[in-house]
Amino acid sequence: MSHGDFVRQLPTGAGNLRTSPPLLQRLHIDLPLFVLLLALTATGLLVLFSASDRNWSALARQGTYFALAYAAMLVVSQLDVRFFRGVAPYAYAGGVLLLIAVLFFGTGAKGAQRWLAIPGLPRFQPAEILKLVMPMTVAWYLARRVLPPVPGDVLAALAIVGVPTLLIARQPDLGTALLVAASGLLVLFFAGLRWWYILTAMLLVVAGSFPAWNFLLHDYQKQRILTLLDPESDKLGAGWNIIQSKTAIGSGGWEGKGWLAGTQSHLDFLPESHTDFIIAVLAEEFGLVGVALLLGLYLLIIARCIVICLNAQDTFARLLGGSITVTFFIYVFVNMGMVSGLLPVVGVPLPLVSQGGTALTTLMVGFGILMSISTEDKKITR
Amino acid sequence: MTERIPFPSHRDEREQFKARLTAAALFIIVLSLVLLLRYFSLQVLQYEDYRTQSERNRVHLQPVPPSRGLIYDRGGVLLADNRPSSTLVAISERVGDIDAALAELQKLIDIEPEDVEKFRQQVRNQRPFELVPLKFRLTEEEIAILAVNRYRLAGFEVKAELARYYTQGPYFAHVLGYVGRISESEQAGLDAVNYSGTHVVGKTGIEKFYEDTLHGRVGYENVETNARGRVLRALDRTDPQRGRDLILSIDADTQRVAYQALGDQRGAVVAIDPNNGDVIAFVSTPGFDPNLFVGGISGKDYRALNDSPDLPLYNRATMGQYPPGSTVKPLMGLAGLEYELVTPFTVVADPGWYRLPNDRRHYRDWKRGGHGRSIDLHAAIEQSCDIYFYTLAYKLGVDRIHAFNSQFGLGRASGIDLPIERAGLLPSQAWKRERRREPWYPGETLSVGIGQGYLLATPLQLAVATAAIASRGKLFRPRILKSISQEIPEPPQFEQVELNNPANWDEIWRGMEAVVHGPKGTAKGISRDVSYRIAGKTGTAQVIGIAQGENYDASSIAERHRDHALFIAFAPVERPRIALAVVVENGEHGSSTAAPVARRVMDTYLQKKWPVSAGEGELVAW
Repeated sequence: MSHGDFVRQLPTGAGNLRTSPPLLQRLHIDLPLFVLLLALTATGLLVLFSASDRNWSALARQGTYFALAYAAMLVVSQLDVRFFRGVAPYAYAGGVLLLIAVLFFGTGAKGAQRWLAIPGLPRFQPAEILKLVMPMTVAWYLARRVLPPVPGDVLAALAIVGVPTLLIARQPDLGTALLVAASGLLVLFFAGLRWWYILTAMLLVVAGSFPAWNFLLHDYQKQRILTLLDPESDKLGAGWNIIQSKTAIGSGGWEGKGWLAGTQSHLDFLPESHTDFIIAVLAEEFGLVGVALLLGLYLLIIARCIVICLNAQDTFARLLGGSITVTFFIYVFVNMGMVSGLLPVVGVPLPLVSQGGTALTTLMVGFGILMSISTEDKKITR
Repeated sequence: MTERIPFPSHRDEREQFKARLTAAALFIIVLSLVLLLRYFSLQVLQYEDYRTQSERNRVHLQPVPPSRGLIYDRGGVLLADNRPSSTLVAISERVGDIDAALAELQKLIDIEPEDVEKFRQQVRNQRPFELVPLKFRLTEEEIAILAVNRYRLAGFEVKAELARYYTQGPYFAHVLGYVGRISESEQAGLDAVNYSGTHVVGKTGIEKFYEDTLHGRVGYENVETNARGRVLRALDRTDPQRGRDLILSIDADTQRVAYQALGDQRGAVVAIDPNNGDVIAFVSTPGFDPNLFVGGISGKDYRALNDSPDLPLYNRATMGQYPPGSTVKPLMGLAGLEYELVTPFTVVADPGWYRLPNDRRHYRDWKRGGHGRSIDLHAAIEQSCDIYFYTLAYKLGVDRIHAFNSQFGLGRASGIDLPIERAGLLPSQAWKRERRREPWYPGETLSVGIGQGYLLATPLQLAVATAAIASRGKLFRPRILKSISQEIPEPPQFEQVELNNPANWDEIWRGMEAVVHGPKGTAKGISRDVSYRIAGKTGTAQVIGIAQGENYDASSIAERHRDHALFIAFAPVERPRIALAVVVENGEHGSSTAAPVARRVMDTYLQKKWPVSAGEGELVAW
């Protein structure tokens, strides 16, 4: 590959009857996606303002994060899809090395080492990088193979998925490990992995869950699952979060108590009300209507992403785009599921609504990739 | 088969991807519906449950204690006030680990072990989410420390309250009593609802007797609390009904003078208005500062009071039973006249001793050599002649003494509005047979005739009896309460002592007047510069013994073996307005120690200028 491969070129040619591509196309902005993201961002800030108890500085901080994340998205969208394909194996190798470093030098709280503090850089979680690098790498590997993948390629892809997953699980951070693994496995799914493989794997997971319960899970992980099954068993301890968030959601009713009028969140009954449990604030203040509208907004974004993937130019782009899209939905589902007591509490923020900059940046970089795919030069398919 | 195709068909691969994307989209739609159903179930199907739960979380019914009624003297002097005070309270459900929290607190401020113990006791018995007090009367500094460390003290709160304050300190200690923390045993007897916000209850005195009136009715407010139990705002409120104010019949000035007149001596003064039974002064010394008890007395302070040989917590006016000594002689004389055993002109020769028929034993007069050859009733009272009353007592016999004196309240409770009083002892043959399983000996009648022997009376009983003499037979039920605010006072209650010959009152009055104003009166020392006429009677009571097991040093034992000094009086004789009894323990002579106290008390009361409207309800302005 020559260096020129990475540089986009505007369509040229005198006498071209087409007008030059519109401005947004040249800026590599997918307008529908961009507008939907802005709407979601506005919703997120609105809810956050209430969840943080009208804290303007929290709002300003989150606004700054958004600005940075949007900037990251726009920078990434300028890059050609082939760039990601080119850097994927190196990024993967670097990510795995960082994860190994975390096991030895990582810092963190509550018995988990998740953070890496490299002098001169802000503290970060290497696992976060893998959320995007993982599907990129699996897509990079499979895009060069025959599809649907042959068993040998499947095994190789599983190895690519397995190594970082196990490293993250060792931190331990089971939630992120599963999400990272899912992003890789989704690529395999989009690559056309045979259904009977998938079904067999699912059966194996179910069969394997019993020994996993006994030998692999940490006590706090078991506790989360047990608490999910019966929150009343520990009302003031682990069950408190779920009971309070369900109370917040349930008491919202159809229309909610009104913006800034949620009692559960404003009286501090709701834990983590501005981060992982922020959907409970929205549900309490805006009711089922608000929840449905938010879910609708997410689905519109996903729908737009699906359209982008359908129109993608090459296999790598399709596989990567498909994985990013479905992973995004998984975040939404896991978060809304855990806050409403459907899933164990795994510490997944609600995309673009929960306070925080790290997950937000990762997500927006993902949307940057999708915008890059979307605004790629439409070449004639071979 | 794709395996055999080295370059996969782009179109096939694209179709494959489309199929997978469709599958993914279906998956997403299904899971979205699951989510929507979940939220629908919580927000619509279970809405009522969760709304209730959320309200219960948020809103918490909190009792609002009523403010305790104030207590005034008859002239409107505030005796018991409520002053702002800060109390550290806790909602134990929100504290979590109480031991850890208490340890944390004790690092910040001093908390008495007694307070901690009471707190734990109350936490065990509390109703859910009740505020339990830990420490009362926080200082400004403690409040500041607690405020700074508030974030560490989940469930604790500093609450502004009103605390009882006794403006008169020890002067009124035995009248008002005091309030203190509700004990476990008291809790059982109280209306749990009405006292749900109240931490203190009247323990003794007026505070206890009129507890129901003073307490008021509890109010409620719905307060919004956060997850840490901190009250954020009140949503709605039912105001408490404050306790009603009491106006006492006691005159604060007279009370103070009586207390000061007793000085360092142990004793009691009870002064009563003979026209209606109102208690004018009611003192027992030594007193104590009742403010110490408000909100729990410290162990050290309590031991100091409880272990003092002077027994400051002991209310001598109602609980001290003393032989009345010669103060009983006016009643004996009256009995003699009534039963027509003597006339004002009957005389007795007093050689200094008396002997019963068929008995060789000599009963001595207090004055060696006697009072003279012809002592009549007037002189017998004036000079307190024992021989005259031995003779009279023998003629009366103990049962007639019992019957007659009983009309004057001796040997039975006066019915005063205080929680507890003793009945004294007015012996009779029946009493002795029943209680001592012994016959009555005639010699014992002689002792009773001069107020000794089995006869015992409280200072209060002596004052009530004196008032009955002063009112010519009205035995009032003594009352400390004059009125409850905005209520018409109840009319005084009394029993009428009917004499066959009302002129007999005058005989006794003249004798008692001579005690103070006569040339040989035993209390003539107090008549100097007096602007009104006093009728009185001195008394001296032998101290029978000292309670076993008390170890005083030798000099103090000797002091405590001395006779008790007594004095009863009423004045002015023309139209009595005050009747009183004074007892000075180990004061030796009624004339020298007890009578001067009485004089000061009467001076203060009688020379006081009362407001025009004095006497009935509206005298207190507020």
